[in-house]
Amino acid sequence: MSTGPSNNDFTIRIANVNGTGSASANALLMKSIFRMGIPVVGKNYFPSNIQGLPTWYEIRVSGRGYMARAGRIDIMLAMNAQTYRKDLADVAPGGYLIYDSTWPRHKLLNRDDVTIIGIPLARMCNEQFSTARSRVLMKNVAYVGAVAALLDVDLDVIKASLEKIFAKKASLLKANYVAFNLGYDYAKQHFGDLLSFKVEPMDETSQHIMIDGNTATALGAVYAGATVGAWYPLTPSTSVMDTFISFCERYRIEDETGQAKYCIIQAEDELSAMGMVLGAGWNGARAFTPTSGPGISLMSELLGYGYFAEIPAVVVNVQRCGPSTGMPTRTQQADIMACAYASHGDTRHVLLFPSSPEECFYHSVAAFDLAERLQTPVIILTDLDIGMNDWMIPILKWDDNYKPDRGKSLDAAALEKMESFHRYLDVDDDAIPYRTFPGEHPNGAYFTRGSGHNMYGAYTEDSNEYLEVVDRLRRKWETAKQYIPEPAVDYSDKYKVGIISVGSCDGAVIEARDRLLASGMGTNYLRVKAFPFTDRVQEFIDSHDRLYVVEQNRDAQLRSLLMLETDVVAEKLVPLLFYDGLPINARGIIEAINQDLAKGVAA
Amino acid sequence: MSFIAKPKVIHPQSPRNELGLTVRDYEGGMSTLCAGCGHDSVTGAIVQAVFELSIPPHRMAKLSGIGCSSKTPAYFVKESHGFNTVHGRMPSVASGANAANSDLWYIGVSGDGDSLSIGLGQFCHAIRRNVNMLYIIENNGVYGLTKGQFSASADLGSKAKKGAENQQPPIDPCRMAISMGAGFVARSFSGDKEQLLPLIKAGLSHKGFAVIDVISPCVTFNDHEGSTKSYEYTRQHFHPAIQANYVPPSEEIKVQYKAGEAMPVTLHDGSQIILRKVAGKYDPTDRASIYSYLEQHQQAGEVITGLLYYDDSLKEMHDLSNIVDEPLSTVDHSDLCPGNDALQVLQNVWR
Repeated sequence: MSTGPSNNDFTIRIANVNGTGSASANALLMKSIFRMGIPVVGKNYFPSNIQGLPTWYEIRVSGRGYMARAGRIDIMLAMNAQTYRKDLADVAPGGYLIYDSTWPRHKLLNRDDVTIIGIPLARMCNEQFSTARSRVLMKNVAYVGAVAALLDVDLDVIKASLEKIFAKKASLLKANYVAFNLGYDYAKQHFGDLLSFKVEPMDETSQHIMIDGNTATALGAVYAGATVGAWYPLTPSTSVMDTFISFCERYRIEDETGQAKYCIIQAEDELSAMGMVLGAGWNGARAFTPTSGPGISLMSELLGYGYFAEIPAVVVNVQRCGPSTGMPTRTQQADIMACAYASHGDTRHVLLFPSSPEECFYHSVAAFDLAERLQTPVIILTDLDIGMNDWMIPILKWDDNYKPDRGKSLDAAALEKMESFHRYLDVDDDAIPYRTFPGEHPNGAYFTRGSGHNMYGAYTEDSNEYLEVVDRLRRKWETAKQYIPEPAVDYSDKYKVGIISVGSCDGAVIEARDRLLASGMGTNYLRVKAFPFTDRVQEFIDSHDRLYVVEQNRDAQLRSLLMLETDVVAEKLVPLLFYDGLPINARGIIEAINQDLAKGVAA
Repeated sequence: MSFIAKPKVIHPQSPRNELGLTVRDYEGGMSTLCAGCGHDSVTGAIVQAVFELSIPPHRMAKLSGIGCSSKTPAYFVKESHGFNTVHGRMPSVASGANAANSDLWYIGVSGDGDSLSIGLGQFCHAIRRNVNMLYIIENNGVYGLTKGQFSASADLGSKAKKGAENQQPPIDPCRMAISMGAGFVARSFSGDKEQLLPLIKAGLSHKGFAVIDVISPCVTFNDHEGSTKSYEYTRQHFHPAIQANYVPPSEEIKVQYKAGEAMPVTLHDGSQIILRKVAGKYDPTDRASIYSYLEQHQQAGEVITGLLYYDDSLKEMHDLSNIVDEPLSTVDHSDLCPGNDALQVLQNVWR
């Protein structure tokens, strides 16, 4: 099994200082490879800071279309003196390191198994450009030129990319092109055919886009018809609302009046944001709030209210590294338990687990339908890896026949015919009652409360009346199973080993399974897409003797949830845990499975 | 007497409002508060105000937090939707409800614990947002449901039932609301319905956030000697600074006021408030002077009441964001969803 770099199968990491404008240069390089028809994925490791701290951008070129982090670096662009020592150490044996040879490099910082490539980027840019800022910015474009030369990136594609970016800024286009050529020409001249691998044009990306999950989630909210967005800015969820606002400005402003068909409230905190979403949902609007772990902690009280008073709400949790403030710019899946049972008392919430920006879009729409169908908060759990990194996904499609599922409610005409309306009566025996909206009809009035209430909606401290309501809520949980997305299952009775995973682990699991299969070990795979767990999850568990549960947290939270909510003995579920804050890679999964199997053989 | 169902018998001669409804049609369930509770008087004033304004009961939404005060929305206008939120979070729920549907009358009822302690932040930010609602604080200086702890509005030196003296300075919701930019700030007393009723009507008609701090004594835990929120203390120290009369849009103003004596203010729906100066130089539009007036007189232990501050030039939440007039909750999905063609065009930026 080859793991070394080859044509269209390698990873570039760019080490830089944040605030130097490198993001657009890195995007130029990645997009150009993508436009050559070659699958790529970008991973951004950035600090919780605006300027001056180390930042890394990783571009994985994968002809086979693997979307996870590779877990090895073949080309390091070492543009940050602060991290040079670490960056050199991180290069895989046989790899390459490109540095700015304007300044001398310490002789001790060398590795026999890494080829060092020096390009005088700063010197060339200082000679070419006059202002300090343009010298800094253009150095980034010059290194793109150097890499493009070493990898044989199609120059026409680069040119078209630059023209697209600077369509309205002719002078900038020229400067960028000049800078690009500085790096390109120098590298071609001095290191022409040095690299053992290149990019080769393919036709694997024409039906794809490159998008981050937060943008896709926001787009889903627009298409679902969300009109009220309440939020408190919080990394890494902030761009959900930023992009929602920009889509609304594009699609939701009336031409004639300039009036907006949406309302955004930047709240004073997440407590308030959650209260606003409940108020708007209660009043008949589709409302949502994006947040991350610390926000979920603050929202918990009102999430419990939404569950008990049965109010639709959509919460997007773009998970980051906990506990507490944790590492805001690193990824994790460590809010699974906190979200499943958020709030005191017997509370449980419907969760959706998208695995990519593609599912962010479709699950975002589904979340609004589920919230109204089930009259309860629905939490979408993505993470920083999905939310903020650029993934290659199939072009999104929209069914123009889509009608929002507004669930069970009574309008004025229906209420007019009724002698009495009771909010929490299980009329249809599906444990979902009918609701009414303020302003609709006098017969529809009721008093919404988080205190004990009976099936008629009245305050109660009577045990039996209380039990009727909470037991129905538990039955509604069963009803939810017929509406939520089923897990993705790849099963063959040939294989004995099963993998269960969730969310952004998907890419790494897919790649690990391919490689395990190539080495003679086939595996079955189930990826949960939602909580509660449906019968399909139980069946998959039942058909295996040993299951690896792959997830990105320390405490095996998905495994814990499976143990609590399915019928399974603990020994059957082997935890494979990755929680260092970096996106998961296939290599770690393969090593862990092989180790576990070896233990079994030894015993 | 909460176990007794309230009988609804309407006298044929009962006055009817423009909708043909009687005041009984605006009542709610039987109060479960202590006999003599100030809050029940506020409830009565709300019922009367909504009746007199001829608001269709189902076009109003009533919200509250947690505490004795927050129980009261169950006791008025039973054909309105009610939302008894969690403690201190009514302002955010009201903001969200208002965002979804700007075409309802919103009334929030809260207490001094709910608004000035646990919910202080939410109260302040609802003011800043200028949510179009009437926000009533039933202020008794004490935690009733947990039996007698001081609240954040308790005055310095005020005595608890068991004799402890409050050592921390009080938060005055009116002065705070004025400093935060509220356009309608009033204080009244549950024992003075004559003053309270026009304030509630004007507050409901005001477009934007209207706050009324109603001193509403707790007969069980804070009505003793030494308390500064008792009936007796409030009656003795009650000083109206400004008298407000509410005149509905359809009515002609008949009384003539001398210049400088009274100031008619026209509200967005055509109704008017006639502000009449009671205390010497008090000007309800001059923030700076009100501030020092309140500071000075409250230092002296006086309870200054009336429509303390008024500014009708402020834009409310929907106008600030230039949102369509139609409630967002009823805008059809086809007007919200850009459709597949737009989606295909949009995605070119990500290719």
